[in-house]
Amino acid sequence: MTDLRKKSARGAIINVAGILLLVLIVFMLSVTMSDNDFRRKLVPIMWHLCIFILLGTSLNLIMGFLGQLTLGHMGFMGIGAYTAALTSLALERAGLFDTGTASPILMIAVMLGCCLLGALLAGIVSLLMGIPALRMRGDYLAIVTLGFGLIIENVISNLPFAGGNGLAEGSASSALYKTGLGFSTTLQAQYVYFPILLTIVSVAFMFMFISSKYGRAIKSIREDEIAANASGINATYYKILTFSISAFFAGLAGGLYAICTGSLSTASFSFASPSIWNSTFIVVLVVLGGMGSLTGSIIAAVGMYMLNYEIKNGKWVALMPQFLQNLFAFPMLIYALVLMVFIMFRPYGLMGTYEFSLRGLLFKKGEQAIGGDVK
Amino acid sequence: MTDFLQQVIVGLRIGSIYALIALGYTMVYGIIRLINFAHGEFIMVGGYTLFFTIPIFTDSFGLPAWLGVFVAIVVCAIVGILSELLAYRPVRKKGNRMTALITAIGMSLLLQNIAQAIPAMGPNPRVIAEDIFQAGSLDILGITTNRTAIFTIVIAAFVMIGLQLFIQKTKLGRAMRSVSENKAASTLVGINVNRTIVITFAIGAGLAAVGALMYCAQYRTVTNTMGSLLGLKAFVAAVLGGIGVIPGAMLGGMLIGLIEALVTAYISSSLANALVFLVLIIVLLLKPAGIMGKNVGEKV
Amino acid sequence: MSEKAVILKTEKLGMAFGGLKAVNDFNIEIREGELVGLIGPNGSGKTTVFNMLTGLYIPVEGEIYLMGKRITGMKTHKIIAQGIARTFQNIRLFGDMTVLENVKISFTKDIKYNLFDTMFRTPKYFKTEQDIEEKAMECLRIVHLDDKALYNAKSLPYGQQRRLEIARALATDMKLLLLDEPAAGMNPTETSELVDCINDIREKFNIAIFLIEHDMSLVMRICERIQVINFGNTIAHGFPNEIAHNPDVIEAYLGEEAVENA
Repeated sequence: MTDLRKKSARGAIINVAGILLLVLIVFMLSVTMSDNDFRRKLVPIMWHLCIFILLGTSLNLIMGFLGQLTLGHMGFMGIGAYTAALTSLALERAGLFDTGTASPILMIAVMLGCCLLGALLAGIVSLLMGIPALRMRGDYLAIVTLGFGLIIENVISNLPFAGGNGLAEGSASSALYKTGLGFSTTLQAQYVYFPILLTIVSVAFMFMFISSKYGRAIKSIREDEIAANASGINATYYKILTFSISAFFAGLAGGLYAICTGSLSTASFSFASPSIWNSTFIVVLVVLGGMGSLTGSIIAAVGMYMLNYEIKNGKWVALMPQFLQNLFAFPMLIYALVLMVFIMFRPYGLMGTYEFSLRGLLFKKGEQAIGGDVK
Repeated sequence: MTDFLQQVIVGLRIGSIYALIALGYTMVYGIIRLINFAHGEFIMVGGYTLFFTIPIFTDSFGLPAWLGVFVAIVVCAIVGILSELLAYRPVRKKGNRMTALITAIGMSLLLQNIAQAIPAMGPNPRVIAEDIFQAGSLDILGITTNRTAIFTIVIAAFVMIGLQLFIQKTKLGRAMRSVSENKAASTLVGINVNRTIVITFAIGAGLAAVGALMYCAQYRTVTNTMGSLLGLKAFVAAVLGGIGVIPGAMLGGMLIGLIEALVTAYISSSLANALVFLVLIIVLLLKPAGIMGKNVGEKV
Repeated sequence: MSEKAVILKTEKLGMAFGGLKAVNDFNIEIREGELVGLIGPNGSGKTTVFNMLTGLYIPVEGEIYLMGKRITGMKTHKIIAQGIARTFQNIRLFGDMTVLENVKISFTKDIKYNLFDTMFRTPKYFKTEQDIEEKAMECLRIVHLDDKALYNAKSLPYGQQRRLEIARALATDMKLLLLDEPAAGMNPTETSELVDCINDIREKFNIAIFLIEHDMSLVMRICERIQVINFGNTIAHGFPNEIAHNPDVIEAYLGEEAVENA
């Protein structure tokens, strides 16, 4: 075995151990917490955390590693969500499964199938979008992706079988949707390992991706596209590839969203959405965590989501003076401030480009580049 | 036929608003090569200023409502200047393109949400009670329109001509043009680049205020998100006409206005927005420099 | 004497920007192992020639042949794959990547493993990565930068950055190396080191080198042949001492350096 392989194997074992530990913790929580608390509060949080982790890391691939700004990320999540939801509806109406009575194996198969289909479609749309869009320079690309996001939103709204509130509670087709995916909290609790494992596998893939020739190639494009081309890198190919992979995982996140949410409407993914479910929030996440650090995106996703959760639901808010309460009623203002502060004073975010590695932590100093900026 | 002409007037009216806003985008882009995402929010600032000042003019002083625009221009200009001084300039000095862009997005987000959080402005739409131009409807050649539309088109035209003269004939205008061409060389001939940039922001924001006036004259409500879609479409207009080129912004604005009006009337209103963005994508693919723009490549 | 293979051949190569003809009727033939210089006053079109050769510009007229294969107008990364490598007048390194990573980039086009291998870390993946690591270190050794392998590229001093660019170009496994003002901004000591470096490279790899340079002492020392270009037109070509005494050349440069070293 070569040196690299030995190092990697050791690292893999430690990472797997870390993951098992995480799963164990979740299991312990499910056993020790009251059923109500666990089911009603913690489980939905976990689903959402997985979704945001997927969204943040996948966007970081483009923003941090490829160095491009895209503002339509939620559009791909929307595609994934609607595809997954509609597919499950179709399957149910075709009698292939029934949420109430299906065996766990069948349910997982359906969930996985729908999510993957959503992810695939998102990837394909991104491919089609990327081919023209990626010829453009930075600022234009940002606006074009924003435009595409709006177009996607518009198109979905206008589709007769999905549009607007087509899949929402109370509308004509929703009665059917309620028994498709769109889990109640009980079901969410039952299948909570699904998003966790899916997220872990996805993030693992992203780590593998960026520490290989692909990662090097896209970083070189970020640094200097002309020089990258002049070193034999087909920049257009790698850009499109990265976009598609990023969109794939956003679509996957969308599938998860469809599973744990009772209703879908394009307003939830809209660019102007005042909640945290919009592309701008993900951008804030990525900047905060550190463009170029997947670990940073994970930390930022968890941190920001929990912060938002506390602001929205925390009992301590009522104890604050009135004007602060107004502030907390509109948390996006806080996030906007956070974004401004970070981008002006610490543009490399919390983690810079440093990747956390359990092996590095336990055995030796991480492989940091010497002579770089403070990271 | 009259129906068509009616829609054309509608299109020109909307287009005038887009043109005014697009001018601001294009001027700022021309000078610092940055898409000021927050430009849409300048419109919003203008709108809210009008909301607060118009009652003061009309109720307290018995003056015409549209005088409020001068206050709006000043307020918007101040906001524009502050964004440049406090946010954009420091990041431009030490950051790269991407951080500059993200700063602009952050600024946009910030302004939108500040407006939302201040109770006096608040998240709910506010209505401007006055009919700004106190105009009634008008019947010309069988086309029904109103004085507001005519005022909008005419005032916009005046502003644009004035701006074009300013850019071409005055010293400051020349300074702005030269800074857009070559910052380093401008410094060498004694132009205060930083000051020129600040003034450009002020003018751009001021134009947004005028655009806000036109918008409010027609629609009468202000909310904190009024700027974002308007701003986006105006940006498409600027790109269509040729970003960085002032006559281009005017042309682009009118075209986008016409496209929007005609598509809304003859096809569907919900598709109008999507179509406008499609126009953007097509332009960027076929002729990124826009109708009147010139392409500048990267020196290797 | 056996005829050495023709590596690069251009015929009537020309480039125009709008109405301005930047390069006109450029003809050259470079053989295996030769070191040819391209000189001329600033703005005479030298880098434009390089840009055409590497596909950054598409020539408006003429043809380029690399080892007999027509590469005119091909995409840059494809031309590089055919066997041309270059350095840039203004250093274009991948600043936020390590020195080693900068060199590894050039191997990307030759890497055979795919996404599947990457995800599941197959033996093929590890073997390839190990291979690249060794080859990259070798390239760094040639330019004496192996001790700086883990440093961030942008933290290197100027002279070393230039050498890194050369190492990165070497890693593409080229038949023709284009060096665009490699000695720019260097003091005499650094220039001497550069000359040694270039000589090392020539010994080790039997490649053809096409060199743009303003430093006349360097040019005269190492170039076997020189082509002179002014306002896009070739005004002279031949051996160094011929060029040094060529009145057209001296006139083009308005004297100083060419006269001193004549």
